[in-house]
Amino acid sequence: MAAAAASSTLHGVGAVASPKPRSAAPAAARRTARVAAAAAKGGAGPARGRLAKADEAAAAAGSKSGGHEVLMFEALREALIEEMNLDPTVCVMGEDVGHYGGSYKVTKGLAEMFGDLRVLDTPIAENSFTGMGVGAAMKGLRPVVEGMNMGFLLLAYNQISNNCGMLHYTSGGQFKIPIVIRGPGGVGRQLGAEHSQRLESYFQSIPGLQMVACSTPYNAKGLMKAAIRSENPVVLFEHVLLYNLKEKIPDEEYICCLEEAEMVRPGEHVTILTYSRMRYHVMQAAKTLVNKGYDPEVIDIRSLKPFDLHTIGNSIKKTHRVLIVEECMRTGGIGASLRSAIIDNFWDYLDAPIMCLSSQDVPTPYAATLEDATVVQPAQIVAAVEQICQ
Amino acid sequence: MAAAILRRLTTRTPAAASARVAPRPLLPLLARGVSDSTDAITVETSVPFKSHIVDPPSRSATTSARELLSFFRDMALMRRAEIAADSLYKAKLIRGFCHLYDGQEAVAVGMEAAITRADAIITAYRDHCAYLARGGDLVAAFAELMGRRDGCSRGKGGSMHFYKRDANFFGGHGIVGAQVPLGCGIAFAQRYRKEGTVTFDLYGDGAANQGQLFEALNMAALWKLPVILVCENNHYGMGTAEWRASKSPAYYKRGDYVPGLKVDGMDVLAVKQACKFAKDHVLENGPIILEMDTYRYHGHSMSDPGSTYRTRDEIAGIRQERDPIERVRKLILAHDFATAQELKDMEKEIRKQVDAAIAKAKESPMPDPSELFTNVYVNDCGLESFGVDRKVVRTVLP
Repeated sequence: MAAAAASSTLHGVGAVASPKPRSAAPAAARRTARVAAAAAKGGAGPARGRLAKADEAAAAAGSKSGGHEVLMFEALREALIEEMNLDPTVCVMGEDVGHYGGSYKVTKGLAEMFGDLRVLDTPIAENSFTGMGVGAAMKGLRPVVEGMNMGFLLLAYNQISNNCGMLHYTSGGQFKIPIVIRGPGGVGRQLGAEHSQRLESYFQSIPGLQMVACSTPYNAKGLMKAAIRSENPVVLFEHVLLYNLKEKIPDEEYICCLEEAEMVRPGEHVTILTYSRMRYHVMQAAKTLVNKGYDPEVIDIRSLKPFDLHTIGNSIKKTHRVLIVEECMRTGGIGASLRSAIIDNFWDYLDAPIMCLSSQDVPTPYAATLEDATVVQPAQIVAAVEQICQ
Repeated sequence: MAAAILRRLTTRTPAAASARVAPRPLLPLLARGVSDSTDAITVETSVPFKSHIVDPPSRSATTSARELLSFFRDMALMRRAEIAADSLYKAKLIRGFCHLYDGQEAVAVGMEAAITRADAIITAYRDHCAYLARGGDLVAAFAELMGRRDGCSRGKGGSMHFYKRDANFFGGHGIVGAQVPLGCGIAFAQRYRKEGTVTFDLYGDGAANQGQLFEALNMAALWKLPVILVCENNHYGMGTAEWRASKSPAYYKRGDYVPGLKVDGMDVLAVKQACKFAKDHVLENGPIILEMDTYRYHGHSMSDPGSTYRTRDEIAGIRQERDPIERVRKLILAHDFATAQELKDMEKEIRKQVDAAIAKAKESPMPDPSELFTNVYVNDCGLESFGVDRKVVRTVLP
């Protein structure tokens, strides 16, 4: 019983009671949930084992019926369809999202279901269609703007930064920008420099913007729904290599909290903070580490801005050791910000220097061997944990 | 009497109750001998409209005594407010950037006369008068310029960031040209929601060379968005004359497949006529470009004396021959709707109103330090901040 409660709250599962809550659960309720989760976690040994297995177990635990298996792009698509059915102001715009069906099939079939106006195929003009999305959001729509690839959104950087992020503030709160900007990022398989970008670092210092990264079909759907409902502009980072990840997700409606980290594997010895694709490199390393006698705690931080310092802090207070594993750039990346936030807030709890494994500060090379060397590999994670836990 | 008017002016008008009602003049009518007649009269615009792939509207504009007097009052108020802002800047009460609109008043006023508050307006950084024209409060405007709590953006926006959501005024934007796609997005939402309203998307001759303008124009034309791209051509992008920045300064023709009109932006009746025409046009056919031939008397911003790249004779010549307020004054006098003295009295009254508004704005305190963190995010994000001992959660950041 405790195990089920823990797993569901850890994933931020909230059965959606009211038909259209505009924001995720109120902060107070979330905090209560977290406390409950922490309590359950502390007391219930068996819960740990269950969670450690896979997310599927946790996801299925939240579902009354059997749930259904989906790939990640299908989960994202489900979220879009559900929200578009619920709210007529939700619309999708981007390159090839309509008749083509989306370059990663996230919007496949949506144009037939909702029409060309709600699923708008745009010209290749990122700057302006992103600006149009912001303008439409000012006027009360909830556009989901797809960047065919995160790298292309650099062309829309001014709109995302100066308009999307700041308008709520410069207008003294008069205008809200409930827009979602989403798309595939990260290092893929030999896609070359421009299409293998790690742009979290570019966006993280834009005030007013929230950033989340999904890593499983379960949280992809929950985060997409939460992002659409959020009154704030949200950038949703998807990873180009995770679209075909399969998982069983609940049949019932659920949403995830945008500001909450996900406990992937509770442990005692070291806190490993990660997100997006690196979660899988970490879990691969965790297997080796367990065989070597370590008990790492793995947290998918999910919310890249703001950080869920509550979950992160509680973990550090327990393990006193931190390893950050990310795909972002080393210089000025998410890891760098996370490290400074931890030093600022939890210095007294640290027994070892924080280590941060990031991707290298190079344009992503084409050659497979060089590309592999650009991002963090499981063996490096194992070595880092061994060093931290010496 | 004067005190009563003063009160009416300086108290904030309640949020536009009905957006569909035609905009009221900024100043209430003064109870003097001035004509309040609504009888239609016909006035020919200063010059014929030039057009690009569209039949231009007639030169004969219809107006009335009441409308002409409201034009005079509104433009005189804007002029006075901008001159006062200049003084406040020199007195260091306004800091940073401050772009003044004096000379261009006919564009804001004429446009407003042709549309309703349900229609949207978005402009760049020379936005004070667009805000006033949308029914913005004079005190809130000056308070914003001085960074005070009662400013229309709570002191957080400044000169370039005036907005009035309840009157569909979408700002107030500091990046040259970046507001144009936003305007097309607003028009997209208007079409999406089947509102039957339109967006006036303003930019300058400087922004006319931005690539995003053409991207936005393409999309607007593709989807027949109800958007009017208004190029306020004051002939200088900061200090660069239009002919030094644009291969073709015929901005109304720049849309290629999008129709355009060139309008004398110093003639409020021509502006009104063109905007009325444009509104009807875009609801049926999609976007149109209106190039408003206008002029700013001040430099680009307060740091620009405005005299290094143009001659003082040029400025004086425009003032003498094309000034928008003087044009309306002449019309009023020619039709005997008011006497010269009555118009002068009106201007004196306006001066008092502006001074009173400034005095009131000066009383407004600076924003509370806690305001630093409000309006970054819409809701409480639940982000927790820790105390200096770094152990206890002290507060939840807004």
